[in-house]
Amino acid sequence: MSVIFDFLGKSARQNVLDALEKAKSNEQYHALLNLTEKRALERADSVDRGEITGQLAGVPFVVKDNFLAFGAPTTAASKILENFESPLQATAVEKLESEGAICIGKANLDAFAHGGSTENSAFGPTKNAFDMERVAGGSSGGSAVVTALDIVPFALGSDTGGSIRQPASFNGVVGVKPTYGAVSRFGVVAMASSTDVIGAFTTNVADAELIMEIITGHDERDGTTLPDFFKKADVKTNQKIGLIKDFMTSDVDPEVLARTNEYVEKLRAAGHTVEEVELPMAKYALAIYYIVVPAELSSNLARYDGIRYGYRAEGVKTLAELYGKTRDLGFVTENKRRIMIGSYVLSSGFFDAFYLKAQKARTLLINEFDKLFEKYDALIGPVVPTPAFKLGENTADPIRMYLTDIMTVPTSLAGLPALSVPAGTTDAGLPIGVQLMGPRRSDAALLALARQMETK
Amino acid sequence: MFDDKTLSKYDLTIGIECHVQLSTVTKLFSGADNDARDKTPNSVVSPIDYALPGMLPVLNREAVNLAVRAGKALNSKIANISRFDRKHYFYPDLPKGYQTTQMYNPIIGPGLVNVPMEDGSSIEVRIHHAHMEEDAGKLTHHGAHSLVDLNRAGTPLIEIVSEPDMHSPAEAKAYASELYKLMTYAGVTLGDLYHGNMRFDVNVSIAPKGATELGKRAEVKNLNSFRSVERAAEYEFRRQVELVERGESVVQETRGWDEAKQKTSSQRSKEDAQDYRYMPDADIPPIVLSDEDIKKIQSNMPPLPSHYRESWGDLGFDSSAINTVLASREIAVLLGDIYPLAANKEAILNELNVDEPGYIDLTKKIFNWFISTPDEYINIDTVLDGTVGPRRLLELAQLVVGGKLSSTSAKQIFLALFNDSNVGKSAIEIAEEMNLIQESSEDAIVAVVDEVLADPASKQAIDDLRAGNEKVIGFLVGQVMKKSQGKANPTTAQKLIRERIKNG
Repeated sequence: MSVIFDFLGKSARQNVLDALEKAKSNEQYHALLNLTEKRALERADSVDRGEITGQLAGVPFVVKDNFLAFGAPTTAASKILENFESPLQATAVEKLESEGAICIGKANLDAFAHGGSTENSAFGPTKNAFDMERVAGGSSGGSAVVTALDIVPFALGSDTGGSIRQPASFNGVVGVKPTYGAVSRFGVVAMASSTDVIGAFTTNVADAELIMEIITGHDERDGTTLPDFFKKADVKTNQKIGLIKDFMTSDVDPEVLARTNEYVEKLRAAGHTVEEVELPMAKYALAIYYIVVPAELSSNLARYDGIRYGYRAEGVKTLAELYGKTRDLGFVTENKRRIMIGSYVLSSGFFDAFYLKAQKARTLLINEFDKLFEKYDALIGPVVPTPAFKLGENTADPIRMYLTDIMTVPTSLAGLPALSVPAGTTDAGLPIGVQLMGPRRSDAALLALARQMETK
Repeated sequence: MFDDKTLSKYDLTIGIECHVQLSTVTKLFSGADNDARDKTPNSVVSPIDYALPGMLPVLNREAVNLAVRAGKALNSKIANISRFDRKHYFYPDLPKGYQTTQMYNPIIGPGLVNVPMEDGSSIEVRIHHAHMEEDAGKLTHHGAHSLVDLNRAGTPLIEIVSEPDMHSPAEAKAYASELYKLMTYAGVTLGDLYHGNMRFDVNVSIAPKGATELGKRAEVKNLNSFRSVERAAEYEFRRQVELVERGESVVQETRGWDEAKQKTSSQRSKEDAQDYRYMPDADIPPIVLSDEDIKKIQSNMPPLPSHYRESWGDLGFDSSAINTVLASREIAVLLGDIYPLAANKEAILNELNVDEPGYIDLTKKIFNWFISTPDEYINIDTVLDGTVGPRRLLELAQLVVGGKLSSTSAKQIFLALFNDSNVGKSAIEIAEEMNLIQESSEDAIVAVVDEVLADPASKQAIDDLRAGNEKVIGFLVGQVMKKSQGKANPTTAQKLIRERIKNG
């Protein structure tokens, strides 16, 4: 049931003080980079004086630190933006604030959202909410952990290839990756323009529906937003659901397979039909993703050049040195790796062989999804092949790290909505999530299904 | 350098890329003021223009409409779907690290421009395509440091790429000038050349006469006048011929034009060419235009130069004279209102009390004033605000036909019409003020004639005239004109001189 409702009608100042207190007492998780304490208390007082009203009046929340938001720098967990104070806020933040929500801090992430463990943060990793020796997941690791630790009832994140769903799965919370274009990307530090989406972490589905209702909608400042379509729905009975066979292989952790199968049984028990389906293009999804996404991010990160804002290298003599040294010191290794891959696949002579071919394969993948959705209302599978791994376990091997994205990138490439919902834990007590995926604009229907299952 | 004979051993080939600044109110992807002229540096720059993190481009539909109109002026097909791409390079005047342009699917497809030449002939220049893109900012260098001004960053441009269809500097100049007319008439650009509203990159190559393959080309960048297009092409022609005659070869490179030295010089060679890593811009949805959309945008477009050329054909001016008045769209519109007369023809002829040939006569006088007056003498503001309209010009022409003004005086008054101090005055009022009304009444002129004839200096001429030397009458009339300060009607003066001498 909704946790957010518990905050309504109470002293906003007390809500904010409680959240700040919990944030401070959980500093060892390193989920937050900065608190926005001063501004949060000011806004809380405004709410208490009745100057700000709305559906979320006095409800504290946290944003991933790649959202432009007042009260603290927007760092993207990078040195290059370490002291960057934005003159304006992201549309999603503005929408929440206009309903009276109060941002109390900025969550840790992999620098520029490049990663799946939050270990690529320039300011140190975030620890898993269930096991301090394990990763939070990423890139929205901080947002997942503050939600899992009940520091705040919800947090915003961004998902380019699994960055909301994977940490949600690792920390046992609900993670929503909406349809591409459902939520404005305005004011969020861009990673890959064609797959970036803005979504939320909550502890339960009802709260996710409430937040989605508020943050979705057309925004004239983002030409790729869709017309308003999200409307909380009742669950449709007797749904046909496809279990993606390609995600249920022996490479996947047995406990992950077991929790997924149990969820499938729950769906059947609720009167839905679940059949195994094939998604043959899924095996190429990771290869497509690690061409298209680096290409786009190499372009989107070109603006961090030390000229107009952010970190600028000292002691340089030429313009080329200024660019080179600024970007060398301002970006983390993973940023540079991806910029190099992206620049390479866009180079003259390689564009056709890599980028264009990947885009064609992407179209084939989209077509496969569309074909499945002619027959099925939704698809189901695991979120990640494993529960949260140990800190440092995958850092030496980028390919192994990339493989954790294998089941989240297909829907990202296709622009489809997907949820990570808690499906139990391992014997050792690590959370495991299950992934529900639907056709474009089926976000509310997916959430309704998840809500029905939550009560079973 | 060379005689024409050496030059004539080579074919010259020229292609031109032209950047046209679109006259939108706001920039291509932001709401910032698009008119950067004379503004304080960095005063018309939005977070989108300076590439704040998280900013997204929002396409200005007005810019699309102007591009669609430009396409019509170029006789081009407009693409039903066009897209934006990113062209990457690092430079401080390029905030995003890429320029948003159209590499793969430009909005304006192949077209054709008919270019009239000075001698009355014309050439056809094919348009390869034209695409939309944003301008970069501006860098100024101050010894040890440089300053960035982003006022122009994000200004919408179209780049018109011609086929290499020009073969002389004169053709290059004529094309540039015709393109200017097309774009200003189509209402696509303000056409302020001084502020770089249109900039030409001229690609020049030579090949031995009759060769089928083009030579290596040099691109002279950023020319902002028709004359510099012509001179740069001429200079490049000679430079390249000289290289080849010396046994060297032309290098493919970018060159700059030094207006003071009237020379081009190398800026960067092909070896330094950057890899722009072009890629589709996923932040901007494709521009989708149905045939109906295109038709709608292109309807009610203002008339193009060809319209005026056709409708003035029967006035008998040569094409270079017509080109002179077409150089300014405002003047063309004004003259278009005078000729040909359309709807209210009868009323106007009645009011002026002339027949049709009489009206054409008035029209020609007005055209001739404009043809013979350099642009800088014409205050376009007075044309734009209607101060100098058809009525005043026709009135002035009638004063000449009616003998009230000499042609010389009329030209003086024509120029005076554009003077701010004469706003609201009729032609005749100005003529009176300037004391230029011609005296036709015999009584007034007789006295002057008598005075001239009584002057001993005239004696020789009078004797010669009496002896039958008709030519000297001009001298005597001239003296009368001089004494009357130009106000005497020369025909009347001549008649009176003859009468006096016959009787005397």
